Amino acid sequence: MKALLPLFIFLIIAGLLAVGLKNADQKSLIPSPLINKPAPEFSLPLLGQPEVRVSKSDLLGTTYLLNIWASWCAACRVEHPFLNQLAESKVLPIYGLNWKDQNNEAIAWLQALGNPYELILYDFEGNTAIDFGVYGAPENFIVDYNGQIRYKHVGVLNQQIFETEVVPILITIKAERDAQ
Amino acid sequence: MTPTRKKRLKVVLLILLGVGTAVAIAISALQENLLYFVSPTDVVAQKMPAEKQFRLGGLVKDGSVIRAQESLEIQFVVTDGRANVAVAFNDILPDLFREGQGIIAIGALDKNGVFQADEVLAKHDENYMSPEVADALEKAGHPDAQKGKQP
Amino acid sequence: MIGELGQLALILATLLAIAQTVFPLIGAWLNNNAYMQVGHSAAYGQFVFVAIAFALLTWAFITQDFSISYVANNSNLHLPMLYRFSAVWGAHEGSLLFWVLILSLWTILVAITSARKNSVLPKEFSARVLAVLGFISLGFLLFVVFTSNPFTRILPAPMDGADLNPLLQDPGLIIHPPMLYMGYVGFAVAFAFAIAALIGGKMDRDWVRWSRPWTQLAWAFLTFGIALGSWWAYYELGWGGWWFWDPVENASFMPWIAGTALLHAQAVTEKRGAFIGWTLLLSITAFSLSLLGTFLVRSGVLTSVHAFASDPTRGVYILAFLGVVIGGSLVLYALRAPKMTRGGGFSWFSRETLILINNLILIVAMAMVLLGTLYPLIADAFGLGKISVGPPYFGLMFGLLMIPLVLIMPLGAYGRWKQDKLSRVSRQLLLPLLISAAIAGLSAWFIDNANLRTIAGVFAGSWLIFGSLAYAIQRSMKQRRKWLPAGEVAMVIAHIGVGIFLIGVSMVETTSIEKHIPMSPGDSFQLAEYKFEFTGSEHIEGPNYSADRGTFIVTKNGQAVTTLYPEKRSYRRGQVMTEAALDPGLTRDLYVSLGDQIDAENQRWAVRIYKKPFIRWIWLGTLFMTFGALVGMTDRRFRRKNTDKAVSA
Repeated sequence: MKALLPLFIFLIIAGLLAVGLKNADQKSLIPSPLINKPAPEFSLPLLGQPEVRVSKSDLLGTTYLLNIWASWCAACRVEHPFLNQLAESKVLPIYGLNWKDQNNEAIAWLQALGNPYELILYDFEGNTAIDFGVYGAPENFIVDYNGQIRYKHVGVLNQQIFETEVVPILITIKAERDAQ
Repeated sequence: MTPTRKKRLKVVLLILLGVGTAVAIAISALQENLLYFVSPTDVVAQKMPAEKQFRLGGLVKDGSVIRAQESLEIQFVVTDGRANVAVAFNDILPDLFREGQGIIAIGALDKNGVFQADEVLAKHDENYMSPEVADALEKAGHPDAQKGKQP
Repeated sequence: MIGELGQLALILATLLAIAQTVFPLIGAWLNNNAYMQVGHSAAYGQFVFVAIAFALLTWAFITQDFSISYVANNSNLHLPMLYRFSAVWGAHEGSLLFWVLILSLWTILVAITSARKNSVLPKEFSARVLAVLGFISLGFLLFVVFTSNPFTRILPAPMDGADLNPLLQDPGLIIHPPMLYMGYVGFAVAFAFAIAALIGGKMDRDWVRWSRPWTQLAWAFLTFGIALGSWWAYYELGWGGWWFWDPVENASFMPWIAGTALLHAQAVTEKRGAFIGWTLLLSITAFSLSLLGTFLVRSGVLTSVHAFASDPTRGVYILAFLGVVIGGSLVLYALRAPKMTRGGGFSWFSRETLILINNLILIVAMAMVLLGTLYPLIADAFGLGKISVGPPYFGLMFGLLMIPLVLIMPLGAYGRWKQDKLSRVSRQLLLPLLISAAIAGLSAWFIDNANLRTIAGVFAGSWLIFGSLAYAIQRSMKQRRKWLPAGEVAMVIAHIGVGIFLIGVSMVETTSIEKHIPMSPGDSFQLAEYKFEFTGSEHIEGPNYSADRGTFIVTKNGQAVTTLYPEKRSYRRGQVMTEAALDPGLTRDLYVSLGDQIDAENQRWAVRIYKKPFIRWIWLGTLFMTFGALVGMTDRRFRRKNTDKAVSA
């Protein structure tokens, strides 16, 4: 019995490490306090059209995906083909929030890689991104027709995450809307 | 009980006492040195007690940094988009500290609700990168993969 | 081509690792010489192919082959040649390959020494040792090939690479990882000896005697590696600390503590045949903690300032491997435990008891560090929130535990095996005790702002130094020999090293003067007897960075002492690095580093100015410890075949 003690101690530690490993994915992320709260107010010019300003209230009535991106963001490059594909499937509109970027570089980037966005807010100062609690690019938010944030994903969105995490939320939102 | 056994028992008891004391001290030291991670929203909502040490994490609000010329005193606002917490610090800032950056400050609230930081750490990754992405990037041929590139 | 050749070499090495694991085990079981011999050949072959893979990767760095993604990610056209070498092990994939190379190096060292005609190791035993080492190597090679291949291509190849993490662009970092890895991985040999003894079922004093020099060598490397890391952090991180209780540091420190306990337990087992089970367990523990360290650093389970690129899927693999290796060894241990002999008895005051106390304290200390390191994980697992454990916890716990340990150390040296009298030992140690008390008293007088902790530290350090010296002198007089046995000289040197280290630590921790102040050109600041004058900062260009360089003229009573040039560097990747400037000395370091720029126009900087008394003693002490261990492994008795002839030194 005494001889088994070291083994037990090891198994306990190994169990802990396994749990830790499971949590490691989310570890660096800070839980967003914004889920199920109204999205912050904003009023921003469009990328390439500084004379047009769009505010949060202009976007009410549709459920949309808000994608935070920038041309300096390497991970966004990885995410982009999926966004193009998503735009083609017309599941929901994708709005971009171009974050701390140079106007011409952002436009060149879209010309090279394709433009999945119905409209792109241009947040040069990064203030709106701060209001959204953005830590890095890319980040994705689902904002419902009432202007509430329903979902946040830090990092690259892909087909798998979209199907397993976003689609159920879209179905719930649709059900709520139908019930009204 | 034979004398040898008695002696052995004494030794075992002594060892247990020593180890027990060490464990007790360890637990109390651990309790004292635990630092909880708290977001500005939680600070505002939970009304963290004054003088209780914790780690505050968030972004440095743009335009909020005020610094003294004659000393190292500096004040800024840490935000998570929902709530703001004023932070005062009187030491050298980390190299990556700047407005709009994510930071972690270690310290406690004072009576006026200002977070008095003893230490400020800057987070490196403005360009969030999950490992799968870094791998994907390597394969896609973008050597910037794991590095935080500044905008 | 390099990528493909490297790949091929790794695959061949993997196949040889399989052969090295399987054949010797079967051979030892069937008592078949030819099969056992395969282990040796496979070990040599494996080393050759791993070395080829490593050389190819190095070549890719030298020739700037950016078609290999690992090179593209960790080098660029401007990277100085020297750092192209250290870049090979600067990030995850390369450092793992390096791990395997070092393991392979240890393995062939074992293979070569055991193949010699006059080798002390029985054939079956060395066959099993090679099999265990082969299995560990196999695990890591598979890990490299399947999850962390350094030869992965990127197409099209970029024109330029991203650059090596600037933190790693430092001469200190060229040798720190190799030393650390030699230590870490070296415990694999002690582990393999223990497992070979368990498999063979002959768990006596012999295998311990065989494994001692290997353990000492590994321990020497680990001690030196940790010390180098500490020295590097001191001048490279730019804020003058020498130890941070960071998870990555703890990852290397825990195997060190277990290894230290093992060194002492081995002495008891070798000399007295006692503690056999305990020594086996410690051999397993020391290496397990090395593996755990690798897991913690590589899996991203714990966040750390060292922040290597981490990946949970890699963590799953290492954890599974950890389970097989450690779990398997402990099951084997439990199975064999009934067969272990008790060894010679001993009375309540004897060298055995003192070493037992030493081991208990060290293991408790190791458990404390483990608890503090893993506590954030525990808290997360039970939903207690995101928590970190502050460094004061470690400092307090470790400090408290070291007090009794340091006090008994000279007693342990004097204590006789089996039975001794406290009164006899105390008489012998009276003189060192008085000398230490006198030195402590003088230190209270002479050291500026000394407090009780300083004096206690100086006392403890002197107690160790003079206690050990007194022992050496008395022993050599009694022995009427020119030289004491190497084993004893080793102990004396290492214990003196601990004393030097302790004095350094207590001086630095209690009497350092640290000032953080804003300075403009022309400003000067008086720190103790030194006057620091900031004459201004200029912009300079390095090979792959640009920097602001400040100039500080240091004077003492109007006499020039030195001129210091701290830098604030911006690397191409956008990282900013603080390069401290220091004036080292045996009794004090002067340390200046630039903090943040308060006002660019007027060159106004936040400046750190430190005086760190005796900080060099910290690393000097570790050098003594390292040297001691190296002396210890040269002891002649390790090369004798029979235990009975061993001198009872």
